[in-house]
Amino acid sequence: MPLLALASISKRFGAHQALDGVSLAVETGEVIAIIGRSGSGKSTLLRCINGLERPDSGTIEFAGKILAPTPRQLKALRREIGIVFQSYNLFPHLSVERNITLGPTAAKGMQLDAARELARRVLRMVDLEDKIAAYPQQLSGGQQQRVAIARALAMEPRLVLFDEITAALDPELIGEVVRVLDRLAQGGMTMLLVTHEMGFARRSADTIVFMHQGRIWEKGPPAKLFGSPRTPELASFIDAILSVDPVVKRCVG
Amino acid sequence: MARSFGTAEFLYLLKAIPWTLLLSLGALAGGGLIGLLIAILRTSPFRVLRWLATGYIELFQGTPVLMQLFVTYYGLAVLFNIQVDAWPAVLLAFTLYSGAFLGEIWRGSIQAIPRPQWEAAECLSLSFPKQLWYVILPQAARISIPPTVGFAVLLIKSTSIAAIIGFVELTRAGQLMTDATFRPMIVYPIVAALYFLLCWPLSLLAQTLERRIDATLGISKHF
Repeated sequence: MPLLALASISKRFGAHQALDGVSLAVETGEVIAIIGRSGSGKSTLLRCINGLERPDSGTIEFAGKILAPTPRQLKALRREIGIVFQSYNLFPHLSVERNITLGPTAAKGMQLDAARELARRVLRMVDLEDKIAAYPQQLSGGQQQRVAIARALAMEPRLVLFDEITAALDPELIGEVVRVLDRLAQGGMTMLLVTHEMGFARRSADTIVFMHQGRIWEKGPPAKLFGSPRTPELASFIDAILSVDPVVKRCVG
Repeated sequence: MARSFGTAEFLYLLKAIPWTLLLSLGALAGGGLIGLLIAILRTSPFRVLRWLATGYIELFQGTPVLMQLFVTYYGLAVLFNIQVDAWPAVLLAFTLYSGAFLGEIWRGSIQAIPRPQWEAAECLSLSFPKQLWYVILPQAARISIPPTVGFAVLLIKSTSIAAIIGFVELTRAGQLMTDATFRPMIVYPIVAALYFLLCWPLSLLAQTLERRIDATLGISKHF
């Protein structure tokens, strides 16, 4: 049984069909990278999974249970599914430590001492233990994003969603965040990422999903998808990426 | 024969200042509670609550505070069929009035917090009240300090209207001394100066806070 099963998810924003019958299964321990042009529905898909958007139709099944979008069920779901955003969204008035302990203490009822211990542990995972007392605005973008990852991990989720988490970073800061992603993937974390990091996708993803016009256009292991795309849309997408970034070309090609 | 304006008359004016301050502070305290409630209702996910709060704000912002004062004063009298003291009536009127304005100021502060902050809190499985308490209100409070102090200045000056229904605060004391001395051009400038001395420090405080918050908070910078 898959950990997460999406069946025929559709979502429309006014005249724009953001998602058009998307079905996808995520197994425990699987790392899935979702790629595609902007506006292809990738982020909307992630936001539907943890209830930030409500699909117009289709079902979402998590750990064998079909979700109803009631406040109580969404609250329960968010203990199991973490998300990391493109713009970090750390709480600027709270220290790094409190950013991390807030969820476990206020939502899960964990004792503060235990939560602080947990904060140290997850910060170690992202190599930022020394920043535990800092405030978000004292950190670089890459550091903030790693704190945001640590914050999501502190909820001890069974699945973590990553929504273009390197897209807002300066190029020289991307590496440190991608290294953390690689490590998490190797550690067996179940991950669903919307990403433009083709190097990471090729290296660490089990499955690549290419989205186009709100649908899953192609899906398969990285070598197959990048090596021999079946559709012209994927082929031209890969071409477009390769033409802008020779480093990616080395990774992908 | 009219009295001359001397130390006794000046002291009479000074003794009225506590009433102006008491009325302002009371209205701020009560209005603060109402305002917090109104601000939260205005930003809540429930449409009926938003309407109620909006109605309250429109009512009190769309009518002159003097009319509110009259309606409270005579309204209380009719309601309880007794002659009401001026004090409870003016306190109630200015409390309700402050509630609307503070509610609107704080509503703006809450809405100035970027949507992703709500989402990040929501995604940590926090309930709506906890999202407010831990994430939104602490940030909104900092933003709201300068306009709140600014409103306090306005309120202190507005309480002079209470003189009209005979509540003896600073302005009414000035009227009484004018009637006794026939020296309006001595009394009223002094009254005005006393208001200025009450309000000016607050204005300075508001400006300082505004600069400090711009410099330290960095919220706008980051979103």
